[in-house]
Amino acid sequence: MELDSLYQEVILDHYRSPHHKGLSDDKDIQVHHNNPSCGDEITLNLKVQEGKVSDISWDGVGCSISMASASVMSDLLIGKTFREANVIFEAFMELMQSKGRSDGDESLLEDGVAFAGVSKFPARIKCALLSWMAFKDAAIQVME
Amino acid sequence: MNLDLSEYKKDFPIFQRKVRGGNSLVYLDSAATSQKPTAVIEAESNFYRTINAAVHRGAHLLAEEASDAFEMSRSNVASFIGADSSEVVFTKSATESLNIIAYSLGNPDSRINIKSGDQIVVTEMEHHANLIPWQQLAKRTGASLSWLSFTEDGRIDLSNIKDVINSKTKIVAVTHQSNVFGTILPIDEISKAARAVGALVVLDACQSAPHFPINVKELDVDFLAFSGHKTLGPTGIGVLWGKHQLLEKLEPVVFGGSMVDSVTMTGATWASAPRKFEAGVPNMAQAVGLSAAIDYLRSIGLNNIAEYEHELTKYLLEGLASMSGIKVIGPLDLKDRGGVISFTVDGVHPHDVGQVLDQYGIAVRTGHHCAWPLMRKLKIAGTTRASFHLYNNREDIKQLIDGIEKVKSYFKVAK
Ligand SMILES: Cc1ncc(COP(=O)(O)O)c(C=O)c1O
Repeated sequence: MELDSLYQEVILDHYRSPHHKGLSDDKDIQVHHNNPSCGDEITLNLKVQEGKVSDISWDGVGCSISMASASVMSDLLIGKTFREANVIFEAFMELMQSKGRSDGDESLLEDGVAFAGVSKFPARIKCALLSWMAFKDAAIQVME
Repeated sequence: MNLDLSEYKKDFPIFQRKVRGGNSLVYLDSAATSQKPTAVIEAESNFYRTINAAVHRGAHLLAEEASDAFEMSRSNVASFIGADSSEVVFTKSATESLNIIAYSLGNPDSRINIKSGDQIVVTEMEHHANLIPWQQLAKRTGASLSWLSFTEDGRIDLSNIKDVINSKTKIVAVTHQSNVFGTILPIDEISKAARAVGALVVLDACQSAPHFPINVKELDVDFLAFSGHKTLGPTGIGVLWGKHQLLEKLEPVVFGGSMVDSVTMTGATWASAPRKFEAGVPNMAQAVGLSAAIDYLRSIGLNNIAEYEHELTKYLLEGLASMSGIKVIGPLDLKDRGGVISFTVDGVHPHDVGQVLDQYGIAVRTGHHCAWPLMRKLKIAGTTRASFHLYNNREDIKQLIDGIEKVKSYFKVAK
């Protein structure tokens, strides 16, 4: 069924038991993003050490796609240099814009490739991107 | 079911199409916008086919016929709500109607206006369209904004109405029927409180005018707004009704052609209402389409529609009550309640509920329904909302109930 390509088991697992959820006190910057069309919200804490994403913690309310995406993204980016994080970020953007024509680079995106199906549902792409946009915003602010 | 309106569904061509893998369309989103009967689609396109011309301008036959059709539409709208034609302003939407009143009331040149120290009252269950214009008016003028709250079951809380609507209150802007809870508000009590302090009442009739008979005189309000597109009519047409003597006191908001009495290089004076609020060539075909929608609704009878939707509401509320893990957000009883039913599914976000239902051709609305403060107060992210019009039937509701069961099993939440 078409739905199964959207709701991959990996996504539902991350939704049910999200990683890095719950805001840590140890942070360099906090950002808050929302999706005004559906009301989903995320608060993201970013901690930086020696040019690396040393920690991401987050909290939020939202649908399975937006919450699972935050979970997967945190797993992916923690421990990476900003340069590496940016490569992953761009790869995820590309996947979201692929309209279902890409499977994603699993060596780069790991669990993130489960979101390939989301790119076929235009209304849900924003859900998947909520946390990524929050991260980008936090990263830019922390560099300044 | 005592009353059966299902024969009318065939008047709506959209139900001939299939959606998502060959499913029939189960359209449960009429609170957002209604579907259109052939009569409306034809009326709108016939305007373009046969009499299209700029109203109130040309000296030719088409202009005359277009102007007649436009003005006939105005009288039809007027009689639909028990008003006089001179009191009906055509706008592009209810949103625009509400903004026009709020904007004009902030103009010191209007002979009724809001000043610093005045108070504007709304309710905590307003659609953004009947909240933000008043927030902005308060901000521009230095007036304050306060509101009537709601009870746990989504009814308006009138326990402190005498404190909220007080001697400072100049405007009370309320919805007739909540687009989230489905609650029909006791406008008589609210108007009475407003009258007691000399405040004006603005009614957002977006969710009432399309579904049950309304009469502005019986309602005892001063301004009223509704949208054509929720009333089986076209998009791009809305109605602003105001008591004539009040409209005359208000300054226009948009300036240009057709709204003037006289113009010089340095100034202008205004035509009388409603024309002064209708600058530019209006949405003529859409006004004519709305008039056809009104004829259609009246041919079925708004009382019949209300009764029929009432029974559908009862059927859905019973269905939801028999399911586990479902919470209705709004009144569970049928008193003063329309065909808008919001609910949550334990453990599944509304967006995900809507996505699974969509797979089976069931169209519902999910999210905050442009009533974000309401959701914040209830501490929920949003709801799934089913809403009816006369083309719905029991089969649609059965499909919805089955669909919700599928949602629950898909997301593996408790049976
Ligand atoms: C209660 C209520 N008020 C106002 C509006 C705004 O109507 P429109 O978008 O047609 O201007 C809506 C529609 O969404 C509504 O449900």
